[in-house]
Amino acid sequence: MKHIRSISEIGKAGVLAIVERAKQMSEINSRPVPKVPALRGKTVVSLFLEDSTRTRLSFETAAKRLSAETMNFSVSTSSVNKGESLRDTIETISDMGVDAFVVRHKSSGIPWQIEQWTDASIINAGDGAHQHPTQALVDCFTVSEAFGVDSFEGLTISIVGDIRHSRVARSNVEAFAMLGAKVIIVAPSTLLPPDVGHWPVTISNDIDDVIGTTDILYMLRLQSERMDQGLIPNLSEYGNRFGLTEKRVSQLPLNARIMHPGPMNRGVEMQVDPSHLSQSLIHRQVANGVSVRMAVLFTALTLNDDRDHAIQGLSKEAAQ
Amino acid sequence: MSVVFRGGNIVTNEGVVHADLVVQGGQISGIGSGLAAKEVVDISGLTVFPGFVDLHAHLREPGREDTETIETGSRAGAKGGYTAVIAMPNTNPAQDNVPTIEFVRLQGQRAGLLEVIPSGCITMGREGKALAPMAELAKVGVKLFTDDGSGVQDPLLMRRAMEYSKELNVVLGQHCEVSSLTQGAVMHECGCSSDLGVPGWPSIAEELMVHRDIELARLTGARIHFLHLSTAGSVELVRQAKLDGLPVTAEVTPHHLSLTAELLRGFDATFKVNPPLRTISDIDALKAGVLDGTIDAIATDHAPHARRDKELPLDQAPPGMLGLETALGVTCAALDLDPLAIAQVMSVAPARIAGIVDRQGNLPRVGVAANLCFVDLNATWMINPETMASKSTNTPFVGRQLRGKVVHTMFNGDLVVRDGEALK
Ligand SMILES: [Zn+2]
Ligand SMILES: [Zn+2]
Repeated sequence: MKHIRSISEIGKAGVLAIVERAKQMSEINSRPVPKVPALRGKTVVSLFLEDSTRTRLSFETAAKRLSAETMNFSVSTSSVNKGESLRDTIETISDMGVDAFVVRHKSSGIPWQIEQWTDASIINAGDGAHQHPTQALVDCFTVSEAFGVDSFEGLTISIVGDIRHSRVARSNVEAFAMLGAKVIIVAPSTLLPPDVGHWPVTISNDIDDVIGTTDILYMLRLQSERMDQGLIPNLSEYGNRFGLTEKRVSQLPLNARIMHPGPMNRGVEMQVDPSHLSQSLIHRQVANGVSVRMAVLFTALTLNDDRDHAIQGLSKEAAQ
Repeated sequence: MSVVFRGGNIVTNEGVVHADLVVQGGQISGIGSGLAAKEVVDISGLTVFPGFVDLHAHLREPGREDTETIETGSRAGAKGGYTAVIAMPNTNPAQDNVPTIEFVRLQGQRAGLLEVIPSGCITMGREGKALAPMAELAKVGVKLFTDDGSGVQDPLLMRRAMEYSKELNVVLGQHCEVSSLTQGAVMHECGCSSDLGVPGWPSIAEELMVHRDIELARLTGARIHFLHLSTAGSVELVRQAKLDGLPVTAEVTPHHLSLTAELLRGFDATFKVNPPLRTISDIDALKAGVLDGTIDAIATDHAPHARRDKELPLDQAPPGMLGLETALGVTCAALDLDPLAIAQVMSVAPARIAGIVDRQGNLPRVGVAANLCFVDLNATWMINPETMASKSTNTPFVGRQLRGKVVHTMFNGDLVVRDGEALK
């Protein structure tokens, strides 16, 4: 798989394979020296044209643990802001000889647009409100780990919040449904995307209707600008209707779990301190980020290589 | 100097007649059999139409001569069979003043490939705040006023514009878009825009303004022309308004008759246009509107853009696509029209709406200006952006089979396109 751009492109077999590979990576990460030579000689460029220190660090750590060279173009250092076009930037960096771009951009579709300007692999680290496939892969891995299952058949996952503007929601709806979960999206109508009858979800406007039957409550961040855009009256009304409160936590089924892709908006969608919640998988999501991104980079960058040789690289104790 | 076009099928008031056609002194001087002249052009197999009239083209001069000039746009138009093109006013400076209007017209005359007819702004700078000096512009020949690029948002100002336009006997062209409903919009609001995570441009944003302006036309009696209608609901509103006897007309673009929003799935800004590409059911309604006369004219909304602008992220790339060179081929591929219907929507009706029937949009007959195009209606062909006359290449029709090809175009008695090639 050359590019990792959307869950639908990756497909069910691809999602399962990456989750499986991530288990191997997590074993490597538990070693005293968590580094293998699997991607030695490969160069990974992170091109983050929208700030996200967390995701960028997660990718760069993953690349380093696989012994890839890393280059970093961020908003501040990039010439994209100095009138150079994205095409110029991509072509210039490609000329330096790179194997993969890890791209984050505030506009939907960038990973598809830049494909025509480079031969390198493209890893989507979030494009507009479109897709964030590595977050969805992290979440699938985390659910799989927490529930000890590969298939999500029989699990009900409720994704609560600003679905309309969320790339995480779009990727996760597809990935969770692909693995067999029943997915419910929960939001006021103003924060739901229009005409999504074809999505594999049930739609609800009331968190209290679904909380008692939810196995995984997936909370999304609510940005305060949604109030300025007139999509919600104010943050406290939103928090009261859709936030995670002590009362709602108590209504969750016994073995239910709580997830959040971060960063959290305390006092809005999270009215409880998640560190006090035994049900929280939020730390596991962060911890699994590096393993899954190692699996993603490995999958994308060993496409044309001798697979067996590459997989041997994973088993070496450490990079020389 | 006289020329006889021998053995064509001429679209006349009496139907399509197989005959020779002689042009002399810039006029049609004879239609019949066995006619002779100094020069002979064999047009067997070709159909002779009145030169097409485009109600809606962005020629980008003055202001964005890097993307199109009046000369290159005229050449594109001539290759598409056009002998008159209404130049939209969203130039820089905007066409809200006499010198700019005169400049655009003069540049058209210099190019000499077709008649470039400047439209005028409804409001100063197309800002929707104060009326442009419409009487002054009308005095120098402007007959169609529009703020195209945007619609006139304020209903009071639109009412005033209508009242004022009526006494000047000019027509207002509305770009129907309630802009507060289309903030940041990238494409048609639908399941596809939701999948792609981009803000949608809902049909209602067009239909509300169509409805408002129909009611303002009812109130004021002013003539209103709806630019580039794109939704089934708009067609129905106009159909009803015409049944009510209101002085409304409407146009549709070839791209809205043939392309859908699904094309945006590849994030290619070539397919970004305003109003956006919509759904199959909208296309069906627009086609029905053309066939039953609800929609009067096909207009291109020819909108050249620089490659580097179209390579911007989809949400930042400017909307618009080329249309002049492909209009006939796309329309005939999308719609089964007989030659008279083609003449009607491509030439006769637009000339009437633009108020230029003294010299354009007349079915061939002795004594009318020789503005003609000669079309191979059976030709199927594909567009090659590399050989287009336009200075830009943002055509969405690459790889699509088109039907009906313009072979020659004659403007005021001069052949300006021959065998598909511009002669100047
Ligand atoms: Zn317009
Ligand atoms: Zn236009």
